[in-house]
Formats: sequence, C-alpha cells, structure tokens
Amino acid sequence: MTQIFHPSFNTISKVTIFGAVFFLGGGLWLTAEVNRSGYVTNEGVVREQPVHFSHKHHVQGLGIDCRYCHTSVEVSSSAGMPSTKTCMTCHSLVWTNAELLELVRDSYRTDDSIEWTRVHDLPDYAYFDHSIHVKKGVGCTTCHGQVDGMPLMWQENSLQMEWCLECHREPELFVRPREHVFDMDWQPAEEQAALGARLVEEYDIQSLTNCSTCHR
Amino acid sequence: MSAFFRNPRAARRSPWAVGLGGKGLGGLATALALLPLSAGCRQDMHDQPKLQPYEASAFFEDGRAVRPRVPGTVRRGAVIGDDHLTTGRVDGELATTFPFEVTAGVLARGQEQFGVYCSPCHDHAGTGQGMIVQRGLKQPSSFHVERLREAAPGYFFDVITNGFGAMYDYSDRIAPEDRWAIVAYVRALQLSQNATLEDVPAAQRVALTGEAGQ
Ligand code: HEC
Ligand code: HEC
Ligand code: HEC
Ligand code: HEC
Ligand code: HEC
Ligand code: HEC
Repeated sequence: MTQIFHPSFNTISKVTIFGAVFFLGGGLWLTAEVNRSGYVTNEGVVREQPVHFSHKHHVQGLGIDCRYCHTSVEVSSSAGMPSTKTCMTCHSLVWTNAELLELVRDSYRTDDSIEWTRVHDLPDYAYFDHSIHVKKGVGCTTCHGQVDGMPLMWQENSLQMEWCLECHREPELFVRPREHVFDMDWQPAEEQAALGARLVEEYDIQSLTNCSTCHR
Repeated sequence: MSAFFRNPRAARRSPWAVGLGGKGLGGLATALALLPLSAGCRQDMHDQPKLQPYEASAFFEDGRAVRPRVPGTVRRGAVIGDDHLTTGRVDGELATTFPFEVTAGVLARGQEQFGVYCSPCHDHAGTGQGMIVQRGLKQPSSFHVERLREAAPGYFFDVITNGFGAMYDYSDRIAPEDRWAIVAYVRALQLSQNATLEDVPAAQRVALTGEAGQ
C-alpha cells in the first residue's frame, strides 16, 4: 500500500506548527497595535463642531488666555466650557452679523445650549482632575499639544492608561514652572532633568501609580 | 451656563461584536482575522449612567447635566452679608476703600487676573487698545484719564460686577476677592503711568537718573 503522506510532510507539518505560533503571535501583536492606534484612541481625529470655532484664531491670533473661556481649569476637575455669554462679551460687538456665528446668537437669545462635539473623553471608570495637574506644573500643551495651531480641535495624545502612567512614573521629565503652564511655546531653558528634579522638590510632586489614584 | 457636549461615543460603538459565529476552521480564521478590528469595541463601563460635568442629559428639560444655580441660593463657601466685599458699596455708596489689606500677593493675583480677563480689550497697560479693540471693538476709555484716576475703587468693582455700557459683566467668572485684586492692580497701573521721580525711593532714584541723565 502506498503511503498517503510523503516523508516531506514531516517537514511541512513542523513548519505549519511552528508557523501557527507566529500566526497567533502576529494576530496578538496586530491587536495590540490596533488598540494603540488612532482608530481606537481617536488620536488626531479632527471633529466637526456646530460652530466653526478656531483656537488658532482666538489663541494665537488674538492672544486670549485659556482661562478666559476655560475658567475653572485651575480649581476644578473639569476645565469648564465657555457659556454663550462668554462668546458674546466680544461677539455682541465684533463680527456681529457673521453667518458663522448665527448659532451663537441664537443660543444667547433662546438660552438653548450650543452642543459641542466632545473631543477628549476618558471612560467613566477613570478619574481625572485638571486642577492638580495645573498646580503641580503640567502645561496644557504637554497633554493637549499645540492648541494654538488648531483651526478645529483634535486629540493630540492617546489618553490611554499607558500614556498617563508614562508621566506618573517619572513626572520630572514633563513638569514646568507653574507660571508657564498656560504658555503655548514654553521650552525648558536648561536641561529638563535638572529643572524637573528641582521642581519635584519645590512643588512636592509625587509619583502616583497606585490604581486607586485614577480608579476610585 | 449654556454649553454642553454631545457624546460621540455612540457613533464609535463598533459593529464587529456581532456576526462572528462562523463554522469550523474557516470561521476561526475569519474570527482571528477580524480580532484586531474588535479592539474597537467599547463597553458600557465607559458610559455609566452617572452624569459628568457638561454631559448631555435626557432627564432635564434643557438637556444639561450642569444645573444653573437656583435663584435665591448661593454657592457653598460664598461670603454673604459683607456688602463691602461682594457689592463694592458701603451704605449704598461706592466704596472708597478696599475690604481687605492690599499686599504684594494681592497685586500679583490682580496682575494675573487682569492679564486673563481684561487685557484682551484694555491691553496690558490699561490704555484701551487691546487686541480685540484693534479688531473693531468699541474703544474703551484709557484708565489713565483724570476721571478714572479720581474714581473710587468701588467704581471699578461695580463695572466688573455689573458691566458698563457695551462691556458685559464678569461676575459669573471672577470671584469677588479676585475682582478686588484686579481693582488694586488697576490702581497700581494708574500710579505707574503717572509716577514722578519723587515717588521712587531715594536709594533707587540714583540708578534711574544715572541711566536717564547720560
Ligand atoms: C475664546 C474662547 C476659548 C479660548 C480662549 C480657549 N478655548 Fe478651548 N475651547 C473653546 C470652545 C468653544 C471649545 C469647544 C469647541 C471645540 O472643541 O473646538 C473648546 C475646546 C477645547 C478643548 C477640547 C475639549 C473637548 O471637547 O474635549 C481643549 C483641550 C481646549 N479647548 C483647550 C484650550 C487651551 C489649552 C486653551 C488655551 C491655549 C484654550 N482652549 C483657549 C473655547 C476657548
Ligand atoms: C475676547 C474676544 C472674543 C471672544 C471671547 C470670542 N471671540 Fe470669536 N472672534 C473674536 C474676533 C476678534 C474674531 C475675528 C478674528 C480675526 O479677526 O482674526 C473672532 C472670530 C470668530 C469666528 C469666525 C472667524 C474664525 O475664527 O473662523 C468664529 C466662528 C468665532 N469667533 C466664534 C467664537 C465662539 C464660539 C466664541 C465663544 C466660545 C468666541 N468666538 C469667543 C473675538 C472673540
Ligand atoms: C495631564 C494631562 C492634561 C493637562 C495638563 C491638561 N489637560 Fe485638559 N484634558 C485632559 C484629559 C484627560 C481630558 C478629558 C477629561 C475627561 O474626559 O473627563 C481633558 C479635557 C479638557 C477639556 C474638555 C472639558 C473637560 O474638562 O472635560 C478642556 C476644555 C481642557 N481639557 C482644557 C485644558 C486646559 C486649558 C489645560 C491647561 C491649563 C489643560 N486642559 C491641561 C488632560 C489634560
Ligand atoms: C505629563 C504628566 C502627566 C500626565 C500625562 C498625567 N498626569 Fe496625572 N498627575 C501628574 C502630576 C505631576 C500629578 C500630581 C502628583 C502629586 O500629587 O504630587 C498628577 C496627579 C494626578 C491625580 C491625583 C489627583 C488627586 O486629587 O489626588 C490623578 C487622579 C491623575 N493625575 C490622573 C491622571 C490621568 C487619568 C491621566 C491620563 C489621562 C493623567 N493623570 C496624566 C502628571 C501627569
Ligand atoms: C494615572 C492614572 C491611572 C492609574 C494609576 C491606573 N490606571 Fe487603569 N486606566 C487609566 C485610564 C485613563 C484608563 C482608560 C484607558 C482607555 O481609555 O483606554 C484605564 C483603564 C484601565 C483598565 C481597562 C483597560 C481597557 O483597555 O479597557 C483596567 C483593567 C485598568 N485601567 C486597571 C488598572 C490597574 C489594575 C491599575 C493599578 C496597577 C491601574 N489601572 C492604574 C488610568 C489609570
Ligand atoms: C471684551 C472687551 C472687554 C473686556 C474683556 C473688558 N472690558 Fe472693560 N470696557 C470695554 C468697553 C468696550 C468699555 C466701554 C463701554 C462703553 O463705553 O459703552 C469698557 C469700559 C470699562 C470701564 C469703564 C470706563 C469708563 O469710561 O468709566 C472700566 C472701569 C472697565 N471697562 C474695566 C474693565 C476691567 C477691570 C476688565 C477685566 C475684568 C474689563 N474691563 C474687561 C471692553 C472690555
């Protein structure tokens, strides 16, 4: 009786078993990569907004401070969103007839909210607080990127746990003097390591990696 | 308060969670091939029934999770009963004094707050030529004219609290203590623009005249 399997099948089967490991491994690797990609994290996705509000014009062009609109960023977990009245402090007097601002004027007249599309959104099981980061010298740009160059808002970083921890493990690599938190183009004037070490000392910055810091 | 967020997550929920019930090896291979895509799945723990600041809410009629203050109430920790501090008036007259001592710390705070809230229109020196004015806003009067140099601190506090003509009020965004800090800083600005050599302490005067004189 002739053999069904030719001896060469020994090799083929070995390669197949060996290959399966790579196939599975490759699948897992791909999964991990996709999980970190913009497809999942929404990194770099520019969101359409009901009003074409441009940080580039208002921050870079006009030099308005973040706190003029995001008033509670120093004192609360939420940075705060500008009320329609905040827009109207200027737009009742400039660009008063612009088509682009129709919705803003409507909102002011009727007291209906402007429904902005959320750009940054942590899952509800993760706790985040702006005030502590501002107080301990983490700049807006460190997490949000060059906001002053964004015609429409996007998310600059992944906001995944891995990303939070990268800084929480070694905050000295990222912190800056408190008075420069709102600066859009601050650069360390000296070695970041030396500056960071000094600030960690001065502001008593802890390395918070306990799970209950963020999952509470 | 009239702004809130629409939640984009509903749109993000991926369709890959269903339809993977393939048969045999073909099914498994398909499942494995699609596994990376399933990474896009989001679960309900991401969007819990609790409301976060600025979230949209179907419960309240106006659709906002952030609630406006109920008329007749004050926020926790707000000072009540101290008219001087909260209205800038003493016995109905604009206050001519500050409700607390003006220290270097108060001035520093005032400078910061002035930079954030006032400088876009009144500019950093208070001359009324800020960036927004250059873009077409009505030009406010300079803080350095006689009339405003004579004005009581309570007057400036009142303008910030209740607005003035075309200028809106800032009472919802600047706490009373910070409003006074701004007033103190405006006073400092006024002094700075109208200072004479006699205002400089003798010790520093030499340095100034030394530079200016030669
Ligand atoms: C003139 C008012 C104004 C100023 C000044 C301003 N913002 Fe904004 N900001 C807005 C508005 C309105 C939105 C919502 C629309 C959008 O997302 O673009 C927003 C959205 C954002 C968001 C995204 C929020 C989300 O949906 O997750 C970030 C981050 C942000 N701003 C950061 C900053 C920073 C940093 C500064 C200072 C450099 C700043 N903003 C200055 C009005 C302002
Ligand atoms: C401090 C004054 C100020 C505030 C506050 C302000 N704006 Fe503006 N905005 C301006 C000026 C001035 C321009 C004209 C831009 C230019 O000349 O570069 C403008 C332009 C615009 C434009 C059209 C031009 C563009 O940028 O594409 C839109 C839309 C707009 N603003 C929306 C808003 C909204 C929404 C808010 C409230 C969150 C707001 N603005 C708050 C001063 C302001
Ligand atoms: C340590 C990183 C970090 C820093 C520093 C930071 N942010 Fe954020 N910001 C976030 C995260 C994370 C979110 C999303 C919060 C959520 O979904 O609950 C966010 C959300 C926001 C929002 C949307 C409203 C909200 O609070 O959810 C605004 C506006 C904003 N940031 C402005 C600012 C400004 C202005 C600064 C500078 C003073 C700043 N942020 C500094 C991480 C940061
Ligand atoms: C660039 C640096 C940096 C990044 C990125 C960062 N943090 Fe932090 N975080 C800090 C520092 C510094 C502190 C203050 C530590 C201390 O108390 O001394 C802090 C403190 C905190 C606290 C403690 C607040 C409290 O009240 O105890 C929480 C919660 C927190 N961070 C959450 C997060 C989350 C969630 C993320 C990711 C979305 C994040 N952080 C990203 C630097 C960072
Ligand atoms: C600095 C803040 C921070 C700390 C500390 C932290 N986490 Fe997280 N964690 C997050 C954030 C933010 C997310 C949401 C990430 C996302 O959007 O995918 C998260 C997500 C998770 C998830 C869900 C992962 C997923 O992909 O759905 C688990 C599980 C988790 N954390 C467990 C832990 C454990 C266990 C610890 C302690 C060893 C810990 N975390 C410490 C911020 C933190
Ligand atoms: C959006 C632009 C804008 C901002 C921001 C602004 N103002 Fe004004 N302010 C004006 C305009 C315009 C007038 C003139 C109003 C009029 O004459 O109808 C004015 C008038 C005033 C006056 C009255 C001057 C007089 O002639 O009696 C004072 C005082 C004043 N502002 C103080 C402030 C202070 C303090 C701040 C910061 C908390 C501030 N303003 C922020 C636009 C602004």
